[in-house]
Amino acid sequence: MYTEEMQKSIKKVEETRQQRMENEPRRMSAEEKEELLKGFHPDYREEGFVEIKVGPNKGQKIPVELGKLLHSNSRILNEKIDLNQVDYDVDVLVIGGGGAGSSAAIEAKEAGANVMMVTKLRIGDANTMMAEGGIQAADKENDSPVQHYLDAFGGGHFAARPELLKRLVMEAPDAIEWLNELGVMFDKDSEGNMVTTHGGGTSRKRMHACKDYSGAEIMRTLRDEVLNLGIPVVEFTSAIELLKDDKGQVAGAVLLNMETGDFCIARAKTVVIATGGAGRLHYQDFPTSNHYGATADGLVMGYRAGAPLLYQDTIQYHPTGAAYPAQIFGALVTEKVRSLGAMLVNSEGEAFMHPLETRDVSAASIIRECSANGKGIDTPIGKGIWLDTPMIEMLGGEGTIEKRIPAMLRMFMNYDIDMRKEPILIYPTLHYQNGGLEINGDGFVAALDNLLVAGEAVGGIHGRNRLMGNSLLDIIVFGRNAGKAAAKKAGEVTLGNLNLDHLQAYEEELKEAQVQTDDVSPLLLPRYARHER
Amino acid sequence: MQEMVNVYFYGKKYSVPADLTIMTAMEYSGYTLNRGCGCRHGFCGACATIYRVKGKNELKTCLACQTQVEEGMYVASIPFFPTDKRTYDIEKIKPTEQIMMELYPEIYSCIGCNACTKACTQDLDVMQYIAYAQRGEFEKCAEASFDCVGCGCCSTRCPAGISHPMVGVLARRLTGKYIAPESEHLKKRVEEVIHGEFDSLIEQIMEKPITEMKELYNSREIEK
Repeated sequence: MYTEEMQKSIKKVEETRQQRMENEPRRMSAEEKEELLKGFHPDYREEGFVEIKVGPNKGQKIPVELGKLLHSNSRILNEKIDLNQVDYDVDVLVIGGGGAGSSAAIEAKEAGANVMMVTKLRIGDANTMMAEGGIQAADKENDSPVQHYLDAFGGGHFAARPELLKRLVMEAPDAIEWLNELGVMFDKDSEGNMVTTHGGGTSRKRMHACKDYSGAEIMRTLRDEVLNLGIPVVEFTSAIELLKDDKGQVAGAVLLNMETGDFCIARAKTVVIATGGAGRLHYQDFPTSNHYGATADGLVMGYRAGAPLLYQDTIQYHPTGAAYPAQIFGALVTEKVRSLGAMLVNSEGEAFMHPLETRDVSAASIIRECSANGKGIDTPIGKGIWLDTPMIEMLGGEGTIEKRIPAMLRMFMNYDIDMRKEPILIYPTLHYQNGGLEINGDGFVAALDNLLVAGEAVGGIHGRNRLMGNSLLDIIVFGRNAGKAAAKKAGEVTLGNLNLDHLQAYEEELKEAQVQTDDVSPLLLPRYARHER
Repeated sequence: MQEMVNVYFYGKKYSVPADLTIMTAMEYSGYTLNRGCGCRHGFCGACATIYRVKGKNELKTCLACQTQVEEGMYVASIPFFPTDKRTYDIEKIKPTEQIMMELYPEIYSCIGCNACTKACTQDLDVMQYIAYAQRGEFEKCAEASFDCVGCGCCSTRCPAGISHPMVGVLARRLTGKYIAPESEHLKKRVEEVIHGEFDSLIEQIMEKPITEMKELYNSREIEK
């Protein structure tokens, strides 16, 4: 499967393997990391960003592609929609069918609320399903939530909101316990001890996993529970704008049936935005590890209604996306591959960095190796770096790869690459939005009554970079909290008459800022169809 | 010149680059996918697809996002399949043989044709995991079905009308909750947090100035 050039380079990787195995590469100093990030991380490429012209974050920078969506028109600006004809009338409306949305719905239901979920694809078509490596929680003797806090705070460049990060780490053990009680099959030894490993930037081995189907195992369990509880899930239906009432409270959403094109109205006393990430916007032309629907819809509709963003200019590029073959370009190669011992190696067979630096540092280092240092491996699409997977079998014994990372083995075997015997080629892929809508500790948007946000759509939990395994954790912790809080709040809310006045107001702002556009947002689905004419 | 192949989507012919997957070939041909497309990386099972290569008898199943096109492929996606999930209260059921009998009695009508296994897009031994479920061997069923993405191709081919992925989910939840050994260290830590053992420590670290946090972070000891 590999080209002749690649095979020549593999020879060099093999020649240095034994020696590399005996020497752990050193970690970078704080100064080295800072210089590397400034020079090579995509967040520092000025041409990748524009200035926001309207709304609460006016004047700040944002990725070009997301900025374009904020500067677009509402899909229903000129539609006549009868807001008195209410199709769904509920206590809690959860927008999004991933891990955060499902956790929120389960907890809202358990708290006695009348809750429904709406999702533009199916429940479970979400980044949660694709998370491979694991979920963090400080539940071992040598670890503590405080240590977890320190790792995450430092890894996120000391920018996380302390009250959010505190919840993340303090409620982590309970989140694992909750999942375990729902029947998630964590990797355990025969005594019941969780099998835990390192992730990039962790100081303790606290990565819990379900082989390399961690997110899938969590998601399919949550989905099963949502269905067991009889929570209505309206699929293939997008929320396209939030509704407000005459008191200015958030009061539901306008929905679009993705198949028929019909609009309908969901009235709700509280709304949870759990719409996930933005990988399918392909910032700076990066491929993505995200699912088909990751187009930042919740950010756009929340912002239009007046909810501020936080850290919208910081994006996570996962260091190891598949670089070859083309069919799986950009697909996630879990960090767990490095947790299990595989090193990052350049075309000359050199381990140019410690394999478990934080993700932003690792991604920047790989980009530097392939550009300034000229030691990348050519692929038909671009460049790549070797991830020396045969080391895993040498370190952990034969069969480790099949047992611990079967999805990875299967993905490459599909294209006749046996990662047990040959290294694989990787390059950074657009993976996660570190920023999102700003919330308080209870999950509410301060500027708008009755609106909550959970999961990847939130900004501030992780700061300006996120550690592996803290996102699967945050969707559970903040999803559950949002569900409980939304149910409780719904009991206190009385709604007035519905309106969409904020769309008109936003339009006026765009005009005043002299933004002219024929585009509409939210995007809903990426435009991948090729049309010859 | 790019190598091209002819494929047929729902019987209509398109010429597409040979290195595309079925999914990207459909998009290349102008389709906007509303259904039949989810994670695009082989984890969600949204893109269950059935095809036959012209001139060959065998009917094949696959995930559109994980399968490269080939010459003469006649392709139909399966945008939805009515698998039958039974509902239950996970707190009330127990991992006994009877539970399968109650919730999924049709598994005992398996005729052993092995069509499910042949249809599996993940190369799982589906018929075997159903056999484990029949015998109440939930742990084995859970392990053998673990890599299931729930595409439902197995169920489309089953003459007994079994919803295999749902049986796998039940077995895994029973295993995770009731059969796998309990994690004492987890229970202990949850108790410690509830009893406030970390409250003052976490408040302290939250209030530290950034300079001190940087020092703590950069000098922290990393477990080998």
